[in-house]
Amino acid sequence: MADSGATPLLRMSGITKHYGGVRALQDVHFEANRGTIHALLGENGAGKSTLIKVLSGVVQPDSGTIELDGVPVQFANPTEANDAGIACIFQELSLLPDLSVADNIGITRPPKRFGLIDNRAQRRVAEEALARVGGEAIHPSTTVRELPLSRRQMVEIAKALARNPKILILDEATSALTAADVEKVFIMLHKLREEGMAIIYISHRMNEIAELADVCTVYRNGQKVETFEAGTRSDNAIVEMMIGREYESVFPPKADNKPDVAPVLKVRDFSWQGELNGIDLDIRPGEIVGLGGLDGQGQRQLLLGLFGTLIGATGTVEISGRPVKLSSPKHAKSDEIGMALIPEDRKGEGLMLPMTVRENLSFAAVEKVSRAGIVDLKAEEKAIDEMVSLLKIKSDGIDGPVASLSGGNQQKVVIGKWLMTKPRIILLNDPTRGIDVGTKQEIYQLLQNLAAEGAAILFYSTDYDELIGCCDRVLVMYGGAVVRTLAGRELTETNLVSAALNLPAGTDEAALAAHAKEAAQ
Amino acid sequence: MGALDTLFRQFDRATVIAFGCIVVLLLIGALAEPAFLSPKYLLQQLHVASFLGVVATGVMLVILLGHIDLSIPWTIGVGGMMATGAVGILGPGLGVTFAIPFGILCGAGIGLINGLGVAYLRAPAMIFTLGMNAVAQGLMVYHTGGFAPQDRATEFMRELTVGQLIPGVPNPLLIWIVLGAATMFVLNRTTLGRQIYAIGNQERAVFLSGVDTRRVILICFVFSGACAAATGVLLAGWANRSYQAMGDPYLLPTIAAIILGGTNVLGGRGKYVGTVAGVILITILQSMLSVVQPQRYFAQLGLDMPADTFRQVVFGVVIIAMLLLYGRQKLLR
Amino acid sequence: MSAPVEAAGVERGGRRPRFKFRLSAAQRGILIAIAIFAVMFAVYGWKQPVGLTANVINTASNKGALLALVAMAQTLPVLTGGLDLSVGAIFVLANCLASTIVVGDPVSTTLGIIAVLFVGLLCGATNGIIIVYGRLQPLIVTLAMGAVYFGIALALRPQPGGSVNFELADFMTRSTFAIPHSAILLLLVVVFIWIPYRRSVLGRAAFAIGSAEQAAYMSGVPVDRAKVLAFALSGLLAAIGGLLLTAITYSGAAKISIANDYTLNSIGAVVIGGTSLFGGVGSAIGSIFGAFVMRTVGDLLIVFDINPVLQPLFVGIVLLVAVCIGSLRVLRVKNKLDLYR
Repeated sequence: MADSGATPLLRMSGITKHYGGVRALQDVHFEANRGTIHALLGENGAGKSTLIKVLSGVVQPDSGTIELDGVPVQFANPTEANDAGIACIFQELSLLPDLSVADNIGITRPPKRFGLIDNRAQRRVAEEALARVGGEAIHPSTTVRELPLSRRQMVEIAKALARNPKILILDEATSALTAADVEKVFIMLHKLREEGMAIIYISHRMNEIAELADVCTVYRNGQKVETFEAGTRSDNAIVEMMIGREYESVFPPKADNKPDVAPVLKVRDFSWQGELNGIDLDIRPGEIVGLGGLDGQGQRQLLLGLFGTLIGATGTVEISGRPVKLSSPKHAKSDEIGMALIPEDRKGEGLMLPMTVRENLSFAAVEKVSRAGIVDLKAEEKAIDEMVSLLKIKSDGIDGPVASLSGGNQQKVVIGKWLMTKPRIILLNDPTRGIDVGTKQEIYQLLQNLAAEGAAILFYSTDYDELIGCCDRVLVMYGGAVVRTLAGRELTETNLVSAALNLPAGTDEAALAAHAKEAAQ
Repeated sequence: MGALDTLFRQFDRATVIAFGCIVVLLLIGALAEPAFLSPKYLLQQLHVASFLGVVATGVMLVILLGHIDLSIPWTIGVGGMMATGAVGILGPGLGVTFAIPFGILCGAGIGLINGLGVAYLRAPAMIFTLGMNAVAQGLMVYHTGGFAPQDRATEFMRELTVGQLIPGVPNPLLIWIVLGAATMFVLNRTTLGRQIYAIGNQERAVFLSGVDTRRVILICFVFSGACAAATGVLLAGWANRSYQAMGDPYLLPTIAAIILGGTNVLGGRGKYVGTVAGVILITILQSMLSVVQPQRYFAQLGLDMPADTFRQVVFGVVIIAMLLLYGRQKLLR
Repeated sequence: MSAPVEAAGVERGGRRPRFKFRLSAAQRGILIAIAIFAVMFAVYGWKQPVGLTANVINTASNKGALLALVAMAQTLPVLTGGLDLSVGAIFVLANCLASTIVVGDPVSTTLGIIAVLFVGLLCGATNGIIIVYGRLQPLIVTLAMGAVYFGIALALRPQPGGSVNFELADFMTRSTFAIPHSAILLLLVVVFIWIPYRRSVLGRAAFAIGSAEQAAYMSGVPVDRAKVLAFALSGLLAAIGGLLLTAITYSGAAKISIANDYTLNSIGAVVIGGTSLFGGVGSAIGSIFGAFVMRTVGDLLIVFDINPVLQPLFVGIVLLVAVCIGSLRVLRVKNKLDLYR
């Protein structure tokens, strides 16, 4: 910890930023010191990302000043911020997929000879930077496109470090990493702190913040709520600061005694390309079934396969006892099957961002409010109004672009779009990723309501708490197969973790607890 | 939401500016030549504009999808040449009766291949349609080079372009109005229209919403090919004959009209009313360049230049200038 | 403690060998283009009545080099993810200008050459500046500016004609020891323009932009300058092509068909040369061989006694086949979602 009193390395004061008519930051002050990990907390749309964008030169503030070492600075673009020693690792990757790892790491300030890029020196720099983040296994001349997501994130971090920044910003930088890689990154961050770097860390994962941060600042609605030393506030107190109201239990009660009826979705021996291996699955109406396991064990593929996008998937699928061959999302959506998929990437797969809330909401169900291909505007309006009030979607008006909504409300639009098709089977692919706590709660409640109305729900989440809090049953996947089914009292974090790692049931409790701490996200 | 409200919603900023430019152009023209504001001249402009309007209608749908159709020059050529050549291909009986459908069908065929390539093979539209343009050119050159084709327009084609079914309204204008109204309806009120806009914004999301996006793309390309061929038929009727490069002067004006009308080149946004404005704007601009003849002024200064130079240079510069005025993309940062 | 997690991670990520020998996508593209060219040229040489004499090779080289220069010009905008529909017009403009000013004594000839190259650079830079600072799409800008450049060419040379310094023209189109000077010109362009560009910061930036523009901007890549430079160099290369055309024809001609033909063929050459039309991957060297492939197609039509009016048909088919081969991945896709990127 740096001694307070001295000039902070970074001081931002009175930062205000509006996007159109929307206030993103209001008179925000922020300080960061050398040798400190400073966590930024807040719901989506609280202003953290905008603050980071201002600091890294991506956007310019309407007013306010930035001082580095007491010297006022202004960044017109990311290059200037880079040159001033500010390196940022964004939520969305800033890697160039067609360039080599070495090119990516050296992209900002490549070593030069005779005015041209010195490839050999650049490769050396890349190797050093990779070694620093524990990514020695990555070959510098590999094209980034060929790397799996978690490796790309390592390259991203190495790239930021290669610039020898004074201030390192990580914006949800670990969300794509496996637990083991997160551990490596944490070790590295601790080392960098010792070296005197100022680190600004944004994450939605409370346990990461507890493990890393020295100082925390909470934002809400574009304003700073409080800055405090890490460990001086309880998790509950922090969440209250973030959402600005009393924090009740996150998860609504599960319905007990589900009726014992025939499954609406029955899957047997479902396999695809070695990524899905003989999956059996039954979901009854009213049931919420979770998919657990480490990230990338075929959960996503299973959902896509059920939704008909995988070519060459084998096995049998029965809907309400009738065998069907799932061939496309169009087919999966049809009345015969009645399936819906809430995709994980709402910007790329769920929404048409520039289009209106109205057009997005009614898009999947537009046939239901049309006759002979002509949209019945009155019926559409009515259905949309119902959905907006059911989901409490907050917008400036449903004829505004969906892009102007907050992340949580965007996600509600994605869900609403599918609820309008009145699905019998709902597949959810990590629907709460990057969503604020308040909206999460609403989504959990919604799931319980839908189940109570008889929907069958298959719910993949990377958040173990969510699976435990929402699901009647959790299928844990490993290597494309279901390795364990957990339900009732068995459904605990320890069991989820041990199953996710494919350890035999009943492994030493203490060892598991330690794993849980490491692997739980 | 009243009908008036719906109508007003069609007029976005670009459309209003485009209509504003039309008025300004006409006023400038009136200074040089008062006849510019006469109803006769204006109607004549609309008559000429309808040739461009028909082809732009089809291409607009393709651009809304986020693709482009660069095969229009020779699809226009195919439409005109196949319609006039139908007699030689289908025989004197069928050839006269079905000359127009045959021409349009051939254009739709080019569109079909474009659509299959772009939608099903996922080939980049820019290159695929450029290749189709060359293929169509090759086939047409072969067609005219192999044997002397019938290049006279049929009586009906003549009538279609110069006659007036409704007195006072030239037939091509009527065709454009009907086609445009139908297109507007499809874009605004049908599921197909929604899907077209949506694909231009995020095709992945559309696919995952249970829409057969490939079918939609195919339909739009076929429509584009058919529209271009229809323009070819009209042009052949207008000139009373078809000729090889008849579509060449239409590529830039078509795309420029659509974009000046506020349609996003990358797809997903644009109103048909805007395209109407863009088409009229381009037509009047071209007309003024040939009527005012700025090269005469330069000739007085001792700079003798061919008329074509001016049409090319001024046309290009004006389009760029107008785009700079209001066609700029939002900065994505 | 973290051993099992580690094992899982490695299993999925896959440890890469420390050293590897793999061709990059661009290198593969170049090799394929060379192979196609070699086969086609061998067939041509075999069917040629006189065989592959130095003269035949020199003529083939001259024709190929013309398109190769325009294709290299096309490559740069394509690498940034754009397209330049004005390369043909700049090529023709340079030809018309050269047929007017590259004449007379060595000094005025040299000045003429410099002026022609400068005008090409200027045209390209104008494209780039309008695209970057006007925030307009390359397609529409180059389409409109192509009309402007062609109009200027027409003003310079309303009727075909003009002349060029004879010694220069002869030197540029001759061969020495059976090595065509036009091929040497290509080599010089590669060595003194392409390779330094490829290794420069702005050159790599062009690849970065084509790969992911937003990410490039976020990484502090000078996006704007790199784009302007790519278009400017494109204009320069097209102008070198125009100069060579003047040397070959000893005259200038403003024909829209020439401009359109070269633009179309340049795109075909770029595709065959293995440059991705989505940007980020490719090489101007591949485009050179792509250009020779395109030109040999024309020669093959002649030796196989196919009506030369069919050339556009074959060029079109080559283009369609080339993009369709690129689209073959569609057949390998096992997850339909991967089609919609």
